[in-house]
Formats: sequence, C-alpha cells, structure tokens
Amino acid sequence: MRLLSYFRGETFARGIHPPHHKETAALPIRRLPFAPRLIVPLSQHVGRPARALVRIGQEVARGEPIAAADGFISIPHHAPASGVVEAIELRPTANGPWTESIVIRVHAGSTQEVLWRRPRDLSGLDADQLVAAVQETGVVGLGGGVFPTHAKLKVPPEYPVDTLVVNGCECEPYLTSDHRIMVERADDLLRGVGIARQLLGGPRAIIGIEDNKMDAYEAIRSRLPEDGPVTVEAVPTKYPQGAGEMLIKTLVGREVPPDSRSYQVGAYVQNVATLASLGHLMPNGEGFIERVITVAGSAVTKPGNYLVPFGTPLRFLLDCVGARDEGLQVVFGGPMMGQAIASLDAPITKGVSGILVFRSRDLAPRAALKTYPCIKCGECIESCPMGLNPSTLGMLAVKREYDRMADSYRLGACFECGCCTYVCPANIPLVQHFRVAKTVLRGRKAA
Amino acid sequence: MSSTTKVEIRSGPHIKGPRTVEQIMLNVVGSLMFVCAFFIYQYGISAAASICVITAACLLTEHFFVRLGGQSGTLSDWSATITGLLLALTLPPGFPLWMGVVAGFSAIALGKAIFGGIGHNVFNPALVGRAFVQAAFPTAIATYTPSFLPGRFTEFIPSTLALPLMTPADALTWLHDKQLDALAAATPLARWKFEGVLASSWDLATSLSGHMAVGPSPLLILLCGVYLATRRFMDWRIPVAVLGSAALAALALHAVYGSRYPDPSFMLFSGGLILGAVYMATDMATSPATPRGMWLYGALIGLLTVLIRYYGGLPEGIMYAILIGNAATPLIERISQPEAFGTAVKRREKEK
Repeated sequence: MRLLSYFRGETFARGIHPPHHKETAALPIRRLPFAPRLIVPLSQHVGRPARALVRIGQEVARGEPIAAADGFISIPHHAPASGVVEAIELRPTANGPWTESIVIRVHAGSTQEVLWRRPRDLSGLDADQLVAAVQETGVVGLGGGVFPTHAKLKVPPEYPVDTLVVNGCECEPYLTSDHRIMVERADDLLRGVGIARQLLGGPRAIIGIEDNKMDAYEAIRSRLPEDGPVTVEAVPTKYPQGAGEMLIKTLVGREVPPDSRSYQVGAYVQNVATLASLGHLMPNGEGFIERVITVAGSAVTKPGNYLVPFGTPLRFLLDCVGARDEGLQVVFGGPMMGQAIASLDAPITKGVSGILVFRSRDLAPRAALKTYPCIKCGECIESCPMGLNPSTLGMLAVKREYDRMADSYRLGACFECGCCTYVCPANIPLVQHFRVAKTVLRGRKAA
Repeated sequence: MSSTTKVEIRSGPHIKGPRTVEQIMLNVVGSLMFVCAFFIYQYGISAAASICVITAACLLTEHFFVRLGGQSGTLSDWSATITGLLLALTLPPGFPLWMGVVAGFSAIALGKAIFGGIGHNVFNPALVGRAFVQAAFPTAIATYTPSFLPGRFTEFIPSTLALPLMTPADALTWLHDKQLDALAAATPLARWKFEGVLASSWDLATSLSGHMAVGPSPLLILLCGVYLATRRFMDWRIPVAVLGSAALAALALHAVYGSRYPDPSFMLFSGGLILGAVYMATDMATSPATPRGMWLYGALIGLLTVLIRYYGGLPEGIMYAILIGNAATPLIERISQPEAFGTAVKRREKEK
C-alpha cells in the first residue's frame, strides 16, 4: 500500500525542486583535528543557558561535563577535548550576540578517545529516569531546531503518540551529513529509534528518506526485520520535505492544524542525526561533544562530511577544508534556511548541520538582479507548502500592514522555508519581509 | 584564512530559482512572433506596418513615462512590447497608422503608466488602448479587409496611410476598384450578427481559406498557448476556464434555441475569443493569482463574452468581458484565498 502511494507521488502539496548539489554524498565521514583553542558557549540551545562547572586553570578531560543544565529546558555541555580552561568570558557567536563561553586550551596531542563516560543499562529505567539520562547527554534537535531533545521527548500524557516519524529527508541542497549518518551509523540510528520508542510508549516508527539517497534507504532496510514496528520509506525528493509537518503529511497522511503541535495529531518527529547521537551516546553514558557537519560550497577545496568537535572556531575549520581567502559568504545550515555568518571567530555549536562557503561572486549575480514590483504571476502561491498567499503578504509587508498579515493572511503559519523568495521572478525578498513582520509583531506583543 | 578576510552577509535563502520577469515576458514575445508572422502572411505589408508602428508607439510611451515618473520597469522587461504586439493583433490590419499611434499611446499611458507601471495596472493595457480607439474611431475599427488579397505584399491597404485627423480612404471603394467587391469585408461575427451568415468553424479555426476578414489562426494561437502553459510562462487554468465556460454557455443556448444560436465551435473560433483567452485574460498583473480565483475569473469572462456577443449591440464581446474580469479581480482574489495547511482539518472538525 505504502509503495503504491509512493509511486502515485503522494506527498505534501506545492513545494519546490531546487538543484540537489549533493556532491559530498559519497564522501565518508572524516575527523577534523582539534583546534588549538575550543570555545564552548554556555547557550547553544533553546532554553536557559547552562551553568559553568569549571574554574579557570582547571584541567578537563575529553567528554567530562563542564557545564550543567540549569532547569528542565536546558542542557549540560561536555569538554570536546582534553585541555586547560583558559577563560570563561563573552565570545562572539554565530547568532550575533556575544555569549558567556568556556575557552579550552587543547593539550597538544590530545587523544580522540573519550575519557569520561558512565555506561548504564537503559532497559531498566522508567520514563522519567530515561528523560533524565537523555538530558545528561546534552543532545538537542539537530535538524536546526536546537530544542533540548529530552524536553521534546516528554510528550503530555493526554496525547497518545501512535507514530514516531524519523526524519531522514535532508531536503536542503548541499547537505549530506544525515545521509552519511544513515549509511555509516545505521545501527546507532536504530538504537536511538528504540530509545525514542521506549519513551513514547512504543509507537510504530517510520523512517522517511528522500528518494535521492536510496543507498541510505537500503542500508537501513537491510537491518530491519520484516513486519517489525520500525519501517523505512522512500519519499519524493521535494523541498521542504524535511519540515516536520510536511513529512507527517507525506508519511502519515495527517495535517497538523495551525497553532497545534504534531503530537496533537498523534505523530512525533525526530531527526535522524539526533536519534543516531542518542543511540551512540546513551548506552555509554557519554556527552554530546561532536557532530557530523557537511562542509561544501564553491569556495571550499576539500568539501566533505567532517566530525567536528563543538567549539571549533569557524576560521580554523575553514583553514582545514582549504577555503579560498577572498570575498566569502559563509552559511550555517542549508542554502534555503541557513544563516549567513558575520564573524569567522564564531565557534561551531550543536545546532550547525552544514557549513556552506561560497565566493560572493558565485551568489552575487542573482542577488544583484533587478527587483520588480509584484507582477502577480502566482508562482509563490504555487510553491508555498503552508498554502499561504506570499504575493499578497509581500504587498502588505511593503505597506507595513503587519497586523493584517497576521490576522487575515495567516502570517503566523509561515515557517520561513524560503520557497516564495526562491521562485519569485520579480526577485522580491518575500520571506525576508515576513521575518521582519514577525519580529515587529513579536516586539509589539512583548511591549 | 587571514584576519582581514571579507565576509558578506545576506539574508537567506541563499540560492535563487532560474525564473525572471524578463524570461517570462521574452517567452511571451517569442510565441507572439509566430502569431504576428501569420498576421502578416494574411494581410501583407499593411499588417507589418501596423504591428511595427503600434509597438513602437507603446515602447516610446513606456520610455517616456518611466523617465518622467521614475517608475520601476524598463523597456528591457519586454512588457510594453507585448502590449504593442497584442494591440496590433486586435485591430484591423488596415487600421490607419496614426490612429494606431493613438491606440498605443493610450494603452500605455491610460492602461499602465497612470497606475504606476508594470505590476500595478488594473486593466490589461492593450485592451484599454483598444477600448479607447473603439470609442474614438468606431468606423475605422469596424472596417476590415479580406485576408489573402492579391498584391498584399506590394500594396498598402489605402486606409493604412491616412493622414492624421483625416478620414481614411474607403476600403469598399478600393476593393470595388480592384474588382474584389464580391468579397466580404465584415468580420464573420458581424456577418452572423447582422446578416445571419454563418462561417464554417474549421475555416475560422485555421484562418487559411481565403478572403475572410479574420485575425490570425486560432489554432496557431492555441498552439502557442500550449507552449507557454507547458513551460509555465502562463497559467493554463485561465484559458481553459474562459473557453470552457464560453463553450458551455454557447452550448446551453444552442440546445435551447438551436435555430437562433450557432453551435459552440462558432463561438470558440470566431472573433478574438481565443486570442483574448490565451494572451489577454492571462495577463498576470490584471488576473487573479490564486488558483481558485483563476477558475472563477476565467469562467466569468467566458460567460460575459457569450452574453455580450448574443445580447449586446456589438458583434464582439471578449474585450469588454476581459476588462470587466480585470475590474473584478481584486474581489475575486479576496474570496478565493488558498486554504492554509491544516485548516481543512479544522474546518471539518467544526462541521462535525
């Protein structure tokens, strides 16, 4: 049945098909060497910043906790390498504001071996103990959400979850880190799926993989028993298939209503990298200290998938991958929803799924295009996965009628996938307008 | 990586689709070239002169207003070219050139520039220009000459070269002098309406059989439309809705009063219905952008065309039908907003 619906191309409506640029898909995961200094911001996640546990001058071992969670919506951080705490001070981050960070001077010859761990048997734990164990790893949603995973796993009991949707779409162009994780770390992933199912009360699990990575699909399918509670399915390659609501629609056929959470329709989404991290870390009781990151783009001479210790300064990483030293544009995340980085001194943190480095002249010709008034071609309406009217929203944004955008045209439903800006032939910065409008509206609400 | 490396920051998305306004417009112009070539093949140098002069008038007017008003848009966006070509195709081939200049000027000035230029216009500029000259020069616009006249590539239709503000030479006298006065000089629609003579639909569709006062072949226009629609330079819903609703309305009337009203194929292939449905009703700026709105808008135009043709004073109705459709577009868009993701679920719950 499922296969049939796949061939009928059943998926969410609209969306776009940007060029895939998955050139790094065949490159195995490689380790990045330690930078001389690692900068670990206390806030790399949604929620309260962690509290530092170390003093200046203190020796730390790779994997040892250096900051503790401050409350439930918070996570601990662990030392990505063995070294000495050199400073605890404000440092620039990718998001802009300077953040309290622990700076570790890495010992020369520091080993890659993780020196701190607390192995334990997970099968005997009850739900609350398991959530606490997840929190101890310091894992956050790696699809870009950076919401603490243990908090997301605590679903209100009045909403029974019948389907765990495992998001292996990686619909953003260029990014292939999830792809490599599925190919090389399928066992970790399936262990992570098991842990999540245990926490959610044992729902069925569907691993959704876009059909441009059939090797990942095969790698997982070959490890799954027939008729088991965990299945893997290929879904049509279309952006933004990897958005939680879209994948639920594709795999489960349910639409999450506006202002609702996915568990309210009985579905729960986790990204493959997040679950693979849990599957790798939890049995050993290790902390989350490094992740696989795709480094690609026209200015990178050695693109690939790198296992990057958190806190690695961007500048060090760019040197390692041979980025050309000229007018650059650096993006954390994918090219559609990723964020341009202003400071090369910013460290790599838990939320970075990809690092794209372009020579600005490779992107500039399009950006320098003339912007026309909206000619109402309707391309944006035909691309918006949320069924909004970006054309009208854009015209209202120019007139700064932000309240009308929210009240009459459902601005709040926009999750800023960027399809409208991508397709707009008049080159109108639609999603950028919407971000401004949302920020202004948030400000008004807060005031 | 030196400490002086320049980093540019820009708000995402950082990649952009291949489509541009110029590309859309240029493809429309390109497909119109075939239609114009056929028009010239039918009517010779008079048609060629008419197309060139009217398009030039549109471009000059556009240039003037863009400079004057500091409006966005340039000649390189090709939109004024489209207006000029379409306007020429809706006018009789022997339309006096000076009147063509008036039509071109009013199309851009009244139809586009006063609203603020490209994207801001409410009405299809070509049809505004045509409506203007329809009111100003009712005789000239109703004076057709038959297609495929001998010597059409060497001799102008005399009315073409009329001096400004002078009454054009009478086409009938000219035809009489050429001993061609047996040929019809009224459009098939006018002949049906005023004389009760029905032309064959196939002849109308191809426009190839000689000496009819018709525009370029509707079949050729449909072919161009299929090209534009498959490459998505035009939305297929609007022409389908226009033609579908016109055919349905004509069919219904034909079924009830078969003796009075011709069958739908005459409705579809006569006059400018297909040109209007494919090239003018689909003008992006003046038609709804919402999918459901396009269906409504197209259906409205098709129905109005039939009503005007059958019950109005004029033989042709597509022009006013589209202009009315343009005027109704903001209203139609308002009631045809797309359904946001997840709202169908909520609505169904409410209904329960």
